[in-house]
Amino acid sequence: MDAIAVEDLRKTYRGGVEALRGVSFTVQAGEVFGLLGPNGAGKSTTVKILTTLSTPSAGRAQVAGRDVVREPREVRRRIGCVGQSSGVDVNSSGRENLLLQGRLHGMAGPELGSRAAQLLELFELAAAGDRMVRTYSGGMKRRLDVAMGLVHRPVVLFLDEPTTGLDPESRANLWSEVRRLAGEGLTILMTTHYLEEADQLAQRLAIIDRGQIVAAGTPDALKGALEGDRLRLELGDAERAAAAEPLLRATEGVASVLRDGAVLFARVAHGGRAIPVVVGALERAGFTTEEVAASRPSLDDVYLHATGHTFSEGDAAEKPRPRP
Amino acid sequence: MSFVRDTWHLFLRLVQQTLRMPVYLVMSIIQPILWVLLFSQLFRSVAKIPGFEGGSYIQFLAPGIAIMTALFGAAYSGMGLLGDIDRGVLDRMLATPVSRSAIIAGRVLHGAAQVVVQALLILVVAILRGARPHGGVVGIVLVCVAAGLLGGSFAAFSNGLALLARRQELVIAAMNFTILPMVYLSTMLMSKGLMPGWIAAASSFNPVNWAVVVARSGFEGQDLGLVVRDFALLAGFFVVCGGLATAAFRKYQAEM
Repeated sequence: MDAIAVEDLRKTYRGGVEALRGVSFTVQAGEVFGLLGPNGAGKSTTVKILTTLSTPSAGRAQVAGRDVVREPREVRRRIGCVGQSSGVDVNSSGRENLLLQGRLHGMAGPELGSRAAQLLELFELAAAGDRMVRTYSGGMKRRLDVAMGLVHRPVVLFLDEPTTGLDPESRANLWSEVRRLAGEGLTILMTTHYLEEADQLAQRLAIIDRGQIVAAGTPDALKGALEGDRLRLELGDAERAAAAEPLLRATEGVASVLRDGAVLFARVAHGGRAIPVVVGALERAGFTTEEVAASRPSLDDVYLHATGHTFSEGDAAEKPRPRP
Repeated sequence: MSFVRDTWHLFLRLVQQTLRMPVYLVMSIIQPILWVLLFSQLFRSVAKIPGFEGGSYIQFLAPGIAIMTALFGAAYSGMGLLGDIDRGVLDRMLATPVSRSAIIAGRVLHGAAQVVVQALLILVVAILRGARPHGGVVGIVLVCVAAGLLGGSFAAFSNGLALLARRQELVIAAMNFTILPMVYLSTMLMSKGLMPGWIAAASSFNPVNWAVVVARSGFEGQDLGLVVRDFALLAGFFVVCGGLATAAFRKYQAEM
């Protein structure tokens, strides 16, 4: 059975902003699924709907076999959530946060007490467990956040941009934590706008752009679908890059070309062999290539290929959104 | 009864946080005491004006100050909810099976409990300064119930406003705008017989006055049959404010 099944999900906010324009995907039980996209692409809206915080304008979604609109209570019992803004109460201790979270899930007594102690231990917070959370570091707070999502032993865990704002060490810690939880068979849906994070952690991922899924599959399959290498050519300014684009497209051995400002991206069968040919052809036409590099396909290329713009550009094109 | 259980847990969390702010605690204890002492000095001669109903001014003032404190203590309850919204605490709660109404009810209960404690303190200080609780224990309980109902109403109203406005400044402005006129359009500080006719008339539509009337009759040990109307209106006001807060909460969720 699918742990998450999303079918043609749509969300239009008041004021007409279309956050989701028909999103469909499934997550199998026990899988780490990555939802990758720039800010404003619709990742958080998707998570809000799947965690019953928001209702879709159209479409269907099931989590742990329950419909998010018709059986929200049943869904809430089965999910753990780690939201984008932390959600820990900084004026309570780590242990109190865990206990309250458990109580809101209907847990009580010694079972809850030992579960909280166990989680503090597991997330290396045992020594700080009775300190006020306001004294925690960013990494500690995030670990508590994840621990709170696990108190009631959920079937599906949602992590909404769990490493945003973390230092590299805390990020690495969290990554190994996610791997450990996945090893225990927990289904995890995580959103991220770090390509590397999705590549490292997700068994399967979907790239979401402007409210639509533009590519989905395992990271390797997505990269493998792009044949050959990528050439990245810098031509100084956007005008010259635009002028050189048709020429590059006509050059022998170039499969496709995309332009992003002053930079041209070309797909070629073999990067090393293509560089002198391409640079030579541009030179003869009067274009100086200021920088050139060849690389194996990365998720960045997958993203570029699927959306027609680079990842950082998509990030910058963040659309105005209503207050969540 | 997950509503009762959840309300209790969320209430305890707020109580715990209040108890952890010693400066806040000390201030919310000292402030009402100061009011009793200050106002009873400032307006002492009011009791000598012909037509003033009641004995000494502190006798008259004590239940009024209890209600005033309830008003100020609960009016800004919504600020805490705004903090929870900003820090993601509310969203995290909403993703659990917690009873939705308990989230508001926990805050209303906290607001009410806080003002009841303050009301009791005020009565103690007033009694030490010479006021006489002619209504006995029942009277004191009535003062607390009136303070609790009014405090709960304003806590609910404040939370509802916070959910709709989502801005601290707006909550503060709206509350400041409502509280002072409600205080002065009531018999909190001045007996009805000495008021201009239009204020006396307006006061019978004022929830703050309903609470003052119930509290004062209780404290003075007067015939409680005379305040049934005010008590019913006050209870009704509490229900309406609770309903408003719940509706605001639904609207907040619908907009997510």
